[in-house]
Amino acid sequence: MALRNFKLFRGNQNEGTMEHYSVEVDKGMVVLDAIHHIQAEQAGDMALRWNCKAGKCGSCSVEINGKPKLSCMTRMNEYGPEETISVRPLQSFPVMKDLVSDVSWNYEQNKNITPFKPDPLKKGNYIMMQEDIDRVQEFRKCLECYLCQNVCHVLRDQRQKDKFIGPRFMIRLASLEMHPLDTADRIPDVKDTHGSGMCNITRCCTDVCPEHIQITDNGIIPLKERVVDRYYDPLLRLFYKLFRRKSPN
Amino acid sequence: MNITEIKTVEHDVIVLGAGGAGLRAAIECSMQGLSTGLVCKSLLGKAHTVMAEGGVAASLGNADARDHWKVHFRDTMRGGKFLNNWRMAELHAKQAPERVRELEEWGAVFDRTKTGLINQRNFGGHRYPRLAHVGDRTGLEIIRTLQDRGIHQGIEVYMECTGLDLLKDKDRISGMVAMWRETGEFIIFRCKAVILATGGGGKAWKITSNSWEYTGDGYGMAYEAGAELMDMEFTQFHPTGMVWPPSVRGTLVTEGVRGEGGILVNADEERFMFNNISNRFAAETADTEEEAARWLAGDKDARRPPELLTRDVVARAIRKEVQAGRGSPHGGAFLDIATRRNAEDIKRKLPSMYHQFKVLAELDITKDPMEVGPTLHYFMGGIRVDADSQMTRVPGLFACGECAAGVHGANRLGGNSLSDLLVCGKLAGSGAVNYIQAVSTVPELNDEQAKNIIRSATNILNRDTGGNPYLIHEKLQELMQNNVGIVRSDELLGEGIQGLVDLWEEYANVKADGTSQFNPGWHEALSLRNLLVTSEAVARAARMREESRGAHTRLDFEGEQAAWLQYNIVLKKTEDGSMSTEKVLRDEPDAELMRIANLSIEALEAEVLREKDSTG
Repeated sequence: MALRNFKLFRGNQNEGTMEHYSVEVDKGMVVLDAIHHIQAEQAGDMALRWNCKAGKCGSCSVEINGKPKLSCMTRMNEYGPEETISVRPLQSFPVMKDLVSDVSWNYEQNKNITPFKPDPLKKGNYIMMQEDIDRVQEFRKCLECYLCQNVCHVLRDQRQKDKFIGPRFMIRLASLEMHPLDTADRIPDVKDTHGSGMCNITRCCTDVCPEHIQITDNGIIPLKERVVDRYYDPLLRLFYKLFRRKSPN
Repeated sequence: MNITEIKTVEHDVIVLGAGGAGLRAAIECSMQGLSTGLVCKSLLGKAHTVMAEGGVAASLGNADARDHWKVHFRDTMRGGKFLNNWRMAELHAKQAPERVRELEEWGAVFDRTKTGLINQRNFGGHRYPRLAHVGDRTGLEIIRTLQDRGIHQGIEVYMECTGLDLLKDKDRISGMVAMWRETGEFIIFRCKAVILATGGGGKAWKITSNSWEYTGDGYGMAYEAGAELMDMEFTQFHPTGMVWPPSVRGTLVTEGVRGEGGILVNADEERFMFNNISNRFAAETADTEEEAARWLAGDKDARRPPELLTRDVVARAIRKEVQAGRGSPHGGAFLDIATRRNAEDIKRKLPSMYHQFKVLAELDITKDPMEVGPTLHYFMGGIRVDADSQMTRVPGLFACGECAAGVHGANRLGGNSLSDLLVCGKLAGSGAVNYIQAVSTVPELNDEQAKNIIRSATNILNRDTGGNPYLIHEKLQELMQNNVGIVRSDELLGEGIQGLVDLWEEYANVKADGTSQFNPGWHEALSLRNLLVTSEAVARAARMREESRGAHTRLDFEGEQAAWLQYNIVLKKTEDGSMSTEKVLRDEPDAELMRIANLSIEALEAEVLREKDSTG
């Protein structure tokens, strides 16, 4: 057992302070455990989100010493014994209270994505080869913790939530576009409604993904390439014009 | 309080709980044209279904063509020690394959066989590799698939909204009062039917795989509304929870580890499961390490390793080793996959287990064995419902998934929960649709009922002094862990029930500090009523059942008693407010189902083969 120091944000969207707490920490504890102890013993009304406590649900996202993390998977021994650990709610979304942000914007984005549309002719026992779905499965590991949305410059610093759907939903789009059974075409939406051009590939989203999904390289860049192929490749443009109804115009 | 100031929203049906069962029920309702409201305590997609790791059981026959619903049914009944509701177990086994295929049509991406079909893995108590899976994150795949399907279908989702209690118009359901967690404001739902899909009540125990949400809300609400609870004594202790470090004690380690070949050993390096094979399963279980190894290598004539016996058996065996002083350093057993599979296989088949141990226990499971021990995981019992419609005895009140009783009897097989969610979620949805079509008038709201519910919630904040809700909860967890744990006796249970009487008194005076805005202390206090109803029901039922069957183990009544097989224990609220506990005679099983469940496996396999040959 050792006494450790914390600074936790207490307040709401309009006002708040970093409050100091000290708490006894046991071997093997994660940051969420320490916050739970503070909550039970010193701050019964402190708001925080958590669920599975095993890195599988993506509820407990916060910023710990400035880094966006799942607090259930952040061990206390990642920090020095004398270090004060500061915890704030996700900063790219409005603060509800204390360590909880209002992430409902993300749920709204998902509704704007054209849903999965399988080939009706293949109905029954669908055949898909493992090697053809490996990439889609990588994207489907996403926990919806929104850490990537939280660090995305377009959403966080430029505050352009009306122009870009964000990395989480870019990989959702990628998982649909690369699904072997899907027949819908989302490329026009990827370009226009969802704003693929806004991303300037700084890979901050990939860095914070707790599932280590290669968001930028495997998801966003291939989507950008599909947009380029469709809209900016002169030969392909002609091809679409002549043979396909899914013309960009 | 002026009730007209509280927002009232109307839907045909309200589904409470957005795990697999609630989502599937809501999808069914809205597909069939009902105005559907889905109310959940957490954000959408965070319910405990995401923690289901191993897979969903369905006799697709992709990994072993011999599989058939009859074999799945037989496995489920034997695993449940024949206390399952026969009709429910039949519906479950018959409909599971269709529900899994439907998920694929909705965008789920399961792991594949070499020929491109949905792959299936071995699990405890299942005769063949039967669990459709996605690595060890099957639950996430299912919840995300249902969530994405649901939001495009016009379901209205009320996130971070806690259901408090049900409203009734005379005998039938008329609505529900709920509370927005963020603002603390109340909301009244007026509806013709409510489907409860609230999961279990694992948070009454100290060591549990369940998250904060599992406070038996559905049990408490249904009980208060006049529905019955059944089989509550059957609480499953999953044999493999983490035991170290202390802060993660109880966190689930998937049965998939054993499905992929993992073995259990004690401190003497003995593979102790070979000493724990019961007569019922002896004919189908390997009795040498050599045979178990052949099975793992894919020899279809070899029998299954004893590590894949049902969860009740494995959990008791681990406990026995620890009690005998042969436990691991932190009071569990060793679960070893490192010597069975190469590192690459382990990381591919069990990625989240690898990650979980690496981060939380600083242990590399491709090199070292894990330490595991029993953790309260699942309620086989729950709200008593009709098998086909999932309706309780309260008209308009339905229940499905973990919060309903019946499919699993005295012990659930791994993988049968995800299939139960899908099958019974859909049944409950259809049940509500049929019920609503027959309802001619919209039920009336009773303001007085709503006021009382709101008043008892706000009293917790308004009292000047009172007990700390976190501490009351901690005491409850201690009591249930010690007195209503993995092994029970009349004495322990008697003390437990007495302890609950005291906790009911403390609860009557519970006090939460702070305001009504996103106040976890208040939320904790509000869940205590449901936790206490749940705990009392489990303790009383456990005391009444004087035998050991499946997950219910009595030190003072060893072994299954044939006489007890004829009864379910049913609990309900009486006129004077106390809980009644009653032995209720079970229905005669259907003769054909009885025949299937009691056939030898050889005879059933031959029968299935003949059937498949004749149908081509």
